[in-house]
Amino acid sequence: MPLIKGGQFIEDPFFFVPDGKAFPDEKGVIVTLARFQGEKENLFAHRALVGVRLASNENPAVLKSDLARLAAVALEFPKFRDGRAFSWARMLRTRFGYTREIRAVGDFLPDQLAFMARVGFDAFEVRQDFTLDQFHRAMTEISAPYQPSADGRKTIRDLRAR
Amino acid sequence: MYRYDEFDARFVAERVEQFRGQVARRLSGELTEDQFKPLRLMNGLYLQLHAYMLRIAVPYGTLDARQLRMLAHIARKYDKGYGHFTTRQNIQFNWPRLVDVPDILAELASVEMHAIQTSGNCIRNVTADHFAGAAADEIEDPRPVAEIVRQWSSLHPEFSFLPRKFKIAVSGSAHDRAALKFHDMAIEIVRNEAGETGYKVLVGGGMGRTPYLGYTIGEFVAKQDILAFLESVMRVYNEEGRRDNLYKSRIKILANALGPEEMRRRAMVEFEEIRKGGTLQLPRAELDRIDAYFAPPAFETLSDEMPAGDTAFADWVKTNVSRHRAPGYAIATISLKPIGGVPGDATHAQMDALADLMDAHGLAEIRVSHEQNLVLPHVKMCDLPQVHARLKELGLATPNAGLVTDIIACPGLDYCDLANARSIPVAQEISERFADLGRQHDIGELKIKISGCINACGHHHAGHIGILGVDKKGVEFYQLQLGGSGAQDASIGEILGPAFGRDEIVDAVERVIGTYLDLREPGERFLDTYRRVGIVPFKNVAYGQDLHAAY
Repeated sequence: MPLIKGGQFIEDPFFFVPDGKAFPDEKGVIVTLARFQGEKENLFAHRALVGVRLASNENPAVLKSDLARLAAVALEFPKFRDGRAFSWARMLRTRFGYTREIRAVGDFLPDQLAFMARVGFDAFEVRQDFTLDQFHRAMTEISAPYQPSADGRKTIRDLRAR
Repeated sequence: MYRYDEFDARFVAERVEQFRGQVARRLSGELTEDQFKPLRLMNGLYLQLHAYMLRIAVPYGTLDARQLRMLAHIARKYDKGYGHFTTRQNIQFNWPRLVDVPDILAELASVEMHAIQTSGNCIRNVTADHFAGAAADEIEDPRPVAEIVRQWSSLHPEFSFLPRKFKIAVSGSAHDRAALKFHDMAIEIVRNEAGETGYKVLVGGGMGRTPYLGYTIGEFVAKQDILAFLESVMRVYNEEGRRDNLYKSRIKILANALGPEEMRRRAMVEFEEIRKGGTLQLPRAELDRIDAYFAPPAFETLSDEMPAGDTAFADWVKTNVSRHRAPGYAIATISLKPIGGVPGDATHAQMDALADLMDAHGLAEIRVSHEQNLVLPHVKMCDLPQVHARLKELGLATPNAGLVTDIIACPGLDYCDLANARSIPVAQEISERFADLGRQHDIGELKIKISGCINACGHHHAGHIGILGVDKKGVEFYQLQLGGSGAQDASIGEILGPAFGRDEIVDAVERVIGTYLDLREPGERFLDTYRRVGIVPFKNVAYGQDLHAAY
């Protein structure tokens, strides 16, 4: 899957390794929560970049004590209507102070990207035909939000106060 | 009332352009209907039985004359000349063309209106007591907090893909005219022992397949904390609300599965966390700024005596005029329930004429009620005869507010894609059956509410008499429910028994009402008698004689 981060397509430094599959040699890896919990010491010992992929019903609070060592948390959208990951991302950023990559994976719509960025996602696995133009359009369509979130953007209330 | 500043205006304008782009992508085939659906729903655009339907928000039910004229213009230019006011203080247009919708939204934006979040699994249009700012029994106008909630919830990045839709209502009075206990969440302005005002917050009410009354989750939330409090409840719901079953995904199911204590505990954990962040606290200056928009008009010192008039005027005053907080002023309810008419419909000519009437009498506001009527909140009592005369010419002076013919009905199978049965013809037939005003007055306060399917848009669970349309092998049947109430004494109606056929339902309603008239004690409303005697006497009569239970 193409990966957008920092407003552009980048080469993915991670490889998602499904349960039961062998690890690749070089790359950083992202694994499921179950696998992470079983093999984390081994993973942290041998890999510079370790990430965890959470299903939408897995609360990131379970990762609290590991966050300092995690290079990425991937949050899954099993279908675009399942909006739990919006809350998970926001909690990772504002409650747990997690500053490294939060990646969106799964079935989401281009029109959800702006919401995702606001709650703290900074990396997006997108469809093959998705363009940067679409990405930038999605990010700029609404210039100022009403409510504070995890992105620290000035809200309309802040702008009014100026 | 609230006025957009440059930021609100830009926000809505950008939203219109965003949707214009989405519509263009749909029309060009770049988006399939499946991909387009969630986008159009976020802008209030449904695909119904015959056409698209556009649902426009009337935040907390308040409109000015300019906005009402715009609705008339849209009805005339883009629709078939009328609009339909709904039980959520919205207006629906049933026949717009997709290609026109961006232009309609742009026209609405020019008068500070929109269709944002009138659909979809997000926080919907916030509704309020339609007598807000005018009612004699009010502690405080609830619309400032409704506006604060409107802004906070608009394109909320975390809560736009909730398990299911989320409806919030607000009221500033102990007399509940906003059906608070039937909402996902509700805010009631209350006064504490120190004399300060704050918010009581309720959660977990709802209608639909499994009706519940909401319970109190916050006894007295300080004003500056209200958004932090709402956000904490929303987060619990977003994380833990069921997503496996459409019919169990509203917050009422979660709230009742957890129970008040556990729900409160979880919300409080979130609340403390959110408060630590501090970004959602409302500064006093912001509360004052919003309050100022809703300052009451400067009331003149006027005589508090009701002017004389003919019988028609006296009849209208009896039911459609309510007590105002200021001496010499009154609240006038404009019934959209003419005998035999479609509940909640208004024509473009009526809307334009009402706007003219508002201008002629210096009336800055008109309200949409959840009972599908309109309300003039600040009429000078001395002007009432003229106002009534003009309303009469417009076919808008039906003197039936709160009476048996003031029926709530959803659009039903005449329009709606979800409906199982028609609602409108049943409402029309009941209205005609009870047209005689003397008979209506004899029956007294009686709220009939009709839904064409289990989703309960017609609030049948909250009707003194509720009617639910069901489908049995392609044939329409109607279930009766008795004893519901959407007021401060909220209750969920009890199902009378097997459903009635289309040709039996109005007779059954008449029998139920006849039973009340036989059994009532002096001063009792239908609801009082029902609560005293229970359902059995009604059951005995409703299914008697030649009426056959269908199934």
